[in-house]
Amino acid sequence: MNTKETYTISIYSEDNIGLLNRISAIFLKRHINIESFSTSLSEIENVFRFIVVVNIHPDQINKIILQIEKQVDVIKAFYHTDDETIFQESALYKVKSSSLFEERHIQNVIKKSHANIVTVSPEYFVIEKTGFRDETEDLRKKLLEFGLLQFVRSGRISVTKSKMEISGILNIIKKKIK
Amino acid sequence: MKNNIKSIKISGAEAVIHSLLAEGVVLIYGYPGGAIMPIYDELYKFQEKLQHVLTRHEQGAAHAAQGYARTSGRVGVAVATSGPGATNLVTGIADAQIDSTPIVCITGQVASNLLGSDAFQETDIIGISTPVTKWNYQITKASEIPSILSKAFYIAKSGRPGPVLIDITKGAQFEEFDFKYEHCRGIRSYKPVPDLNIDLLKDAAEIINKAKKPMIVWGQGVVLGQAEEILKEFIEHSGIPAVWTILGASAIPTSHPLNKGMVGMHGNYGPNILTNECDVLIAIGMRFDDRVTGKLETYAKQAKVIHFEIDPAEINKNVYADVAVLGDCKISLKKIIPLINQDAYSSWIYRFDSLMEIENEKVIKNDLFPTKKGLTMGESIRIINKYTKGDAVIVTDVGQHQMVACRYTNFIKSKSNITSGGLGTMGFALPAAIGAKMGAPGRQVITIIGDGGFQMTIQELGTIFQTKIAVKIVVLNNGFLGMVRQWQQMFFDKRYASTEMVNPDFVKIAKGYYIDAERVSERNNLDAAVSRMLSSDKPYFLEICVEKEDNVFPMIPTGASVSDIRLS
Repeated sequence: MNTKETYTISIYSEDNIGLLNRISAIFLKRHINIESFSTSLSEIENVFRFIVVVNIHPDQINKIILQIEKQVDVIKAFYHTDDETIFQESALYKVKSSSLFEERHIQNVIKKSHANIVTVSPEYFVIEKTGFRDETEDLRKKLLEFGLLQFVRSGRISVTKSKMEISGILNIIKKKIK
Repeated sequence: MKNNIKSIKISGAEAVIHSLLAEGVVLIYGYPGGAIMPIYDELYKFQEKLQHVLTRHEQGAAHAAQGYARTSGRVGVAVATSGPGATNLVTGIADAQIDSTPIVCITGQVASNLLGSDAFQETDIIGISTPVTKWNYQITKASEIPSILSKAFYIAKSGRPGPVLIDITKGAQFEEFDFKYEHCRGIRSYKPVPDLNIDLLKDAAEIINKAKKPMIVWGQGVVLGQAEEILKEFIEHSGIPAVWTILGASAIPTSHPLNKGMVGMHGNYGPNILTNECDVLIAIGMRFDDRVTGKLETYAKQAKVIHFEIDPAEINKNVYADVAVLGDCKISLKKIIPLINQDAYSSWIYRFDSLMEIENEKVIKNDLFPTKKGLTMGESIRIINKYTKGDAVIVTDVGQHQMVACRYTNFIKSKSNITSGGLGTMGFALPAAIGAKMGAPGRQVITIIGDGGFQMTIQELGTIFQTKIAVKIVVLNNGFLGMVRQWQQMFFDKRYASTEMVNPDFVKIAKGYYIDAERVSERNNLDAAVSRMLSSDKPYFLEICVEKEDNVFPMIPTGASVSDIRLS
């Protein structure tokens, strides 16, 4: 029995309102839990990028990629392991302002974690931390003792260390359709 | 004057009709309702140019569109209203998705200002149909209609075909705009046919030329790719014995000396056993369904696998391919033939023939020429063969009769086997036969259905009566859900849970629809009854009462290896 691995799937696609559903259905059908999902514009005009993180067996990943690429609105899909990508997550932490003054220790925690204070009000202040999962998680645990009012973490965003061949693919397609 | 065509403002509903006409559509199936009424109003005006067939249920419209697509090779079209109209299409759409049938379904939707308000007959058909469509789209502006419909037809029929659903809000149907139609010629993100790699073709040829015991398994891809003739040439040139999946049936005539029969759960004895003996397995336009492979861990492990396939997602999905030749098999086969050496493979072919003799002795003989009192499904097919001489389209449903019909029909022409393969949809046959006959009006269309499946879409007798479409309906009645009963007998100690059917008088029902009908239960009446049915130029219903507890063999039990196929 081979063990599961974490894969970051990058999907370049057209802008289509139903595509999110179509992609998530591919995972749902195979009973695969999506660890993280984010969408944004890509480096190319009018091309969108999905970043999906899943934990699956290595023999599943190729099949999944082909199923994603089979979707009419998907231009290309790639997968990478953690050591092939540079990835980050962002987290926001909302803490009572009183703790900032009453508990001097919290200032050290914030300083040491290289987090930024985004906003301060008389009632609360908000800290932002971008980094790896264990870093944002570590800060969350440390802030718990000061009374964490709210916590939220974004999906993974990632870029690959090697070149993405997407622009070349699009140029070939452009020539063919013309 | 470069462009002297006056742009005329027309409604979205009228634009739908013009778009369909521009795609060459002459016939659609459907059922009206509130949210699709503007389109029906236009259908009324255009009835001379675009025939609408009113089915008795939207599922019937979807299956009829499938039957039409599969005999005509064109895109089938089904239309329904929002809500239940749309959801009733879903079974047909799912069937078309798994069996790669090109259909376009158009559904009405509530007005866009009502979307998400739980309006009357509102349902999220885009969400519901997403996993079972090749593509779908919701139109909320009339101006989108021409470009989206041209895209829908392009996607449905190109590459590996499939169903497309277009949902059109009622507002978009009423809205007026300047209509202009352009055919879709390509989509940036969609590559219907992958490029053929000539080097891989050479690798494949090298492996085939070294083979001592090669075997071809072809599937429906050959029919969809119109590659029947080139496949025949490949088979005859190479001398390699060839077998087929259920949806590949009829692509090569049954009587062809190198056509060695069907693979799969109820396929022929030899092809299944020899799958695990061949040294090279050449798969063409097939997808290694579990009903074909049995236990994957023991499927053709000794063989090198060459996979000719149009859909990259099928490569290595179930069976690892040593060489995967992507592309259109009509072109790939044409290019590989000159690279292939000719051989007779006599001792290898003798293996097929000797195993066929065993199957004939233990199974086929008793099915086709029974000595017991009760009628068999097999002899019914034999008598039908006698009168059609193979020149008929056989539309089957799902279950025992389907396996028997596909095993014993003598096919001489491609596109003669219309059945629900991947989804196994009971109720498919009767409406699909209506479409099949309309798609091939010059051919005899015979639908063979079990008494269970017949009652799932029995209301389509009304469509047959109204359109006077001359399909021949044969119900093989054993008073059971026969295939499930067979499994209960073999694997559940004969506990016949809810498989026995108390049936109505089918002949009276057919006659109630003014369809000529009769019933046979005696052997000496069968031949004449079949003859009467096939010589009629009208729709005809024939109920054949067959043995209640006959089983279909050979059989590969679920989870068993293909070579563990049983003859009893």
